[in-house]
Amino acid sequence: MTATSVIPAPFDESRSRAGFLSRALSSDLPRSRALSFILIAIVLTLALTPLLFSGSQPLSTAAKICVFIVLVASYDLLLGYSGIVSFAHTMFFGIGGYGIAIGLEKLGPDWSSVAIGLIAALALSAVLAIAIGLLSLRVRAIFFSMITLAVASAMAVLASQMSGITGGEDGLSFQLPYALRPAFRVFSEPVFGVMINGRIVAYYLVFFVTVGVFLLLLRIVNSPFGRVLQAIRENEFRAEALGYRVVAYRTAASVISALAATIAGGLLALWLRYNGPDTTLSFAIMIDILLMVVIGGMGTMYGAIIGAALFVLAQSYLQVLMDAGSKALAGIPLLPNLVHPDRWLLWLGALFVISVYAFPGGIVGRLRQGKQS
Amino acid sequence: MAVNDVSCRFTPGTLTAIVGPNGAGKTTYFNLVSGQLRASAGQVLVDGEDVTNLAPSARTRRGLGRAFQLTNLFPQLTALENVRLAVQSRADAGWSFFKVWNSRRDLIEKAEAVLERVRLADKRHVAPKTLSHGDQRKLEVALLIAMEPKVFMFDEPTAGMSVDEVPTVLELIHDIKQRGDATVLLVEHKMDVVRSLADRIVVLHNGTLVADGDPATVIASPVVQEAYLGVETTRD
Repeated sequence: MTATSVIPAPFDESRSRAGFLSRALSSDLPRSRALSFILIAIVLTLALTPLLFSGSQPLSTAAKICVFIVLVASYDLLLGYSGIVSFAHTMFFGIGGYGIAIGLEKLGPDWSSVAIGLIAALALSAVLAIAIGLLSLRVRAIFFSMITLAVASAMAVLASQMSGITGGEDGLSFQLPYALRPAFRVFSEPVFGVMINGRIVAYYLVFFVTVGVFLLLLRIVNSPFGRVLQAIRENEFRAEALGYRVVAYRTAASVISALAATIAGGLLALWLRYNGPDTTLSFAIMIDILLMVVIGGMGTMYGAIIGAALFVLAQSYLQVLMDAGSKALAGIPLLPNLVHPDRWLLWLGALFVISVYAFPGGIVGRLRQGKQS
Repeated sequence: MAVNDVSCRFTPGTLTAIVGPNGAGKTTYFNLVSGQLRASAGQVLVDGEDVTNLAPSARTRRGLGRAFQLTNLFPQLTALENVRLAVQSRADAGWSFFKVWNSRRDLIEKAEAVLERVRLADKRHVAPKTLSHGDQRKLEVALLIAMEPKVFMFDEPTAGMSVDEVPTVLELIHDIKQRGDATVLLVEHKMDVVRSLADRIVVLHNGTLVADGDPATVIASPVVQEAYLGVETTRD
């Protein structure tokens, strides 16, 4: 998979811009009015979801979008910025989930268990990423991809076999620290008509960690280090000849990406109060991540926000929409069957093929192009 | 075996031209020195330090700088960014994660100065894939200059350039030589260029060294006349 042919044309970015927003976004602004608008809309909606919508479904969807923004952004660092195709990303996602789950289940529901679980998970992810990187990033790209596939599969088997620790196929359910439980109240009175309970605290924990990790990843891809990654993606041979140790840079990129995926896994486990093979380790999630990166736009970071929001919304609401459509079309031959909720994957697949064909640079690439022409 | 038994010592402040017919092993020799190829036998020493077992990046950091014959750039990054990456490598500033890259104004200014020297300043925001061939060659030279190596290895820097662009590049190479602290190796086909710049000529033929010495002697020697120059003079 080549990531190079879809990057928008270069522009003058060597002047650093002043201002808080520019600093927070590491001088890498959206560079398109439509894109800025969409991003602001998504972020504002996510920030205000607990106040705007009632019920648990919208809040769960929003939390899932947040988690996937971190996960997809970290994968974009690897695929879009470094040109590395890894299939082990869900493994690191799973390690994060299991870290939190095992920590809280074995050590009891308090914050120190969260910290211990997360730190252990981060350490394990780092060690695995370094080992995979040093062993295989110096050889051909396809070999690295195959190794990651093998290690990830082995890890998935391991997680389901070691049921004493991981809960096996059933996964682990656990109690959260008191401040994150539904019974917890921040204030005794409702704020703007909403009772701020532990669920909402948990949501904002997910939200703010997402914002922090995303901004950090955005900073890293725009750092001198991130620039070297892009150089390696463009021309590995020349980057080496310029004096950059390609293997070391690539390994560092895969470690950073793995750590961010681990945090995402931890967030998901905290939100769901559960972690199992299907929620974080499954290969289906790996494919979802790939789709989200490509739909959003590889090598853009902002694509992660749009890709994750669009994909998770489609996953959650496409079936509802199709159900309505199917009912509305009742009586007409063939059509109701075609939009039957059971066909939602078919339509998602069709949407994906069309979007890749029509916007090879993803949604972000398309929006930025529109501005330049 | 592409190159066999070619031993040379190059001293700072001199420019050595490496000449020979197509397929003589000139580029292979460069690849062995800069590390893109590993030699099956022999040693590469820089300032007395053995770099034979080092990767290309490690040799570059020890002062071996290389420009390539087939243009070898970062096609989608701007000309300025191409050069800035070379400057950044020289400044050893790649391992910085939490600063924004353009906060290092000094690196950008240095890159701009190099682009100025190769007369590409007005094309700083153009990506190499849309530059003309001659401009790509100049950018290739710019990357080497930006690395400020101890040893400059130019592999046919003027190949495919239009006549009016050639002097810019030759002037640059001349300036580097005049500075006196750098060792310049130049693979070149054009004998007039070689005559005007070289302090010494090394002639390769079928992967072996057939002549080595000051330009007048080498060009006059019968073996060179026959192996290389003879062919060219009859063609002219």
